Amino acid sequence: MRETCLDQVYELAKADPRITFIGSDLGVGTLRKFKEEMPERFYMEGISEAHLVGMAAGLALEGGIVYANTISTFITRRCFEQVAVDVCLHNLNVRLIGNGGGLVYAPLGPTHLAIEDISILRALPNMTIVAVADAEEMKRLMPQTVDYAGPIYIRLGKGYDPIVTSDAVPFRIGKGLHMREGGDVLLVTTGITLKVAQEAAKALAPGGVECAILHMPTIKPFDLELLLDLAGRVRAVIAIEENTILGGLGSAVAEAIAEAGFSPGKKFRRIGIPDVFSDRYGSQANLMDYHGINAGAVVSTARALLGHR
Amino acid sequence: MKNDIPKQSPALDERSKHLRRQIVRVLEGGGRGHLGTSLSLVEILRVLFDSVLRYDPKRPKWPERDRFILSKGHGCIALYVLLQEKGFFAKEELVKFCRFDGILGGHPDPKVPGIEVSTGSLGHGLPIAVGMAVAAMRRGAKHRVVTVLGDGECDEGSVWEAAMSAAKHRLDNLAAIVDYNKQQSYGSTYEVLDLEPFAAKWEAFGFATREVDGHDVHALEQVFAAVPFAAGKPSAVICHTVKGKGVAFAENNLKWHHKSSIKESEIEDLMRAIDDAG
Repeated sequence: MRETCLDQVYELAKADPRITFIGSDLGVGTLRKFKEEMPERFYMEGISEAHLVGMAAGLALEGGIVYANTISTFITRRCFEQVAVDVCLHNLNVRLIGNGGGLVYAPLGPTHLAIEDISILRALPNMTIVAVADAEEMKRLMPQTVDYAGPIYIRLGKGYDPIVTSDAVPFRIGKGLHMREGGDVLLVTTGITLKVAQEAAKALAPGGVECAILHMPTIKPFDLELLLDLAGRVRAVIAIEENTILGGLGSAVAEAIAEAGFSPGKKFRRIGIPDVFSDRYGSQANLMDYHGINAGAVVSTARALLGHR
Repeated sequence: MKNDIPKQSPALDERSKHLRRQIVRVLEGGGRGHLGTSLSLVEILRVLFDSVLRYDPKRPKWPERDRFILSKGHGCIALYVLLQEKGFFAKEELVKFCRFDGILGGHPDPKVPGIEVSTGSLGHGLPIAVGMAVAAMRRGAKHRVVTVLGDGECDEGSVWEAAMSAAKHRLDNLAAIVDYNKQQSYGSTYEVLDLEPFAAKWEAFGFATREVDGHDVHALEQVFAAVPFAAGKPSAVICHTVKGKGVAFAENNLKWHHKSSIKESEIEDLMRAIDDAG
C-alpha cells in the first residue's frame, strides 16, 4: 500500500508540475526516480517535522500541491500544531501521508504506534482523513487527491495487505462504500478492518446472521447519509477500526446514530484499540488480536447484540 | 553572556512618533493589545514598508510582491498601522481592533489585505517562509521573502529546524529579521532562556548575519538595502531594540507586554510620553 501510494505520487508528479514531495528522513532509495527526474520538486528535509509541515504550507501557499511523508505518529502528533495552524487554518493543498497507521509498527513499541491519529485529526476543521483498505483502493484514491481542495491525511497500512476491495463500487473521497447486503447487523469499517468485517460476515452467515458492510475509507468528511440509510435497515451496528475507540470511526458512527434518534434504537458497539498505550510487541496481527480487533471479536459482539448465544 | 542594551539610538523623528500614536489609538479602540512588542517593531516595519518591500496595496496578491510574514504575530498592531497607512484597508478598521465587527484581530490573519499568513503561534513563520522562498527560487521569481521574528520566539526549535533548511537550500531570497528587544513575557531573554551568542548562532546555522540598532532608521535602511549579504546564503538581521520604545515608563517594563484592559487615563499618559520621547 505504501509502495503503491508513493509510486502514484511519482506518476502524478510526472503529469502535474504543481506536485512537490517532501519527506523527513525516509528509507534510502525512497522515490529514487522522482528525485532523479524531478529534483526541483523532491525534498528530504531531515527529522524536523514541525519545519517540514510549515515548509509544505509555504509551498502550497504559492500554488503547489504538496505530498509530505513520514511515519504517522511523527506527521500527526509530533507537529500537530503546524498541521492545525499552517495547513488546516489556511485550508491548503497539503497531503500528509502517514506510514504505519494504527498498529503496524508493533515491534517498535508504543512510540511508533499511531493509535489516535484519526481522532486528533478528525477534530481539525478543513481536514480530510482517508484510510484505504488495500493497494488497489489506494490506486483509486490517489488520482483524486490532486485536485481535491484542502488538506488530506492519507493513512497507510502495513503493505502487502490482502486485496479486499473491488472497483465494483465507484470510489470517491468523502463517500462510503456499501460492500455487502445484510439485514441484521451493519459492520462499519475503515482501512484494513474491512477485511476483519468480511471474515466476520462470512463466519456469521451460516448461523443465520446477515451482515451488511459499509466501508468508510474517508472518515472525514463523514458520509452520514449512507451510514444512516444502512443503519436504518438493521437492528445492530458495529464500528471496527484500528484506532483508539475515542474519537475515531466508532465515535463518528455513534454520534450519527445517537443524533438520528432511531426508534426503536440501534444496538451499537465500538471495536478498536482500548484507551491504553500498548504494552506488548510482536506483529500487527498479534496486537490486533490482543486488543480484540479481529473477526472472532466481531462475531461474538454481533451475536451478543442480537441476543444470540 | 548578559544581554547588551543597545547604545543610545538617535532621537525618534516625528514619523516614528506619529506611528506610535497610531498604535496607541488602536490599543484604545480595542481596549487591549500587545503594546511593548509593537513599539519595539516600529522602525523595523517602517523601513521595510517605506523603502524595502515591493507591494501594491490595490493588488494585495500581486504575484511579484515581496512576501512579508510577521512571525511574531503578537506585534501586529504596528503592522496594522503601517498597512493601513499604505492603503491596504480603511482607517475605520484600526479602531475596531479585536472587536466582533472588525477584521483586525489580536494576531495577523490572511483575511486582512496585506497579510500573507496567520501567525501568532510562535515558531511558524520561518518554516512557511522557507517553503515560499523555495517556491520562488525554483520558478526563478525575483521577489523576496522577509520574515520578522521575535527574540523569545527563537526559543522554539522549529525556528532552528527551518534555519538549517534555509541554509541547505541556499535561500538568498530569504531574510530573517529578529526584533531583539531582550524581553519576553516572564522576564528577560537572558533569564528565561538565554539566546546568546545570538548572532553567532545564526551565522553557525548558515545565515549571513548582521546586527543593527533597530531604532536607527538610517542604519536600518543601509542594512536592509544590503540584503542579501552573501550570494547563496539566507540573510539574518539582528535588530537590537527596546521593548516599549518611545514610552519612557513602558520601556523594558513587562507590565506593558500585554494589556487585557486599558484605562482612558493610561491612554493619555501614553500619548504624553510619546510627545516627550527623545
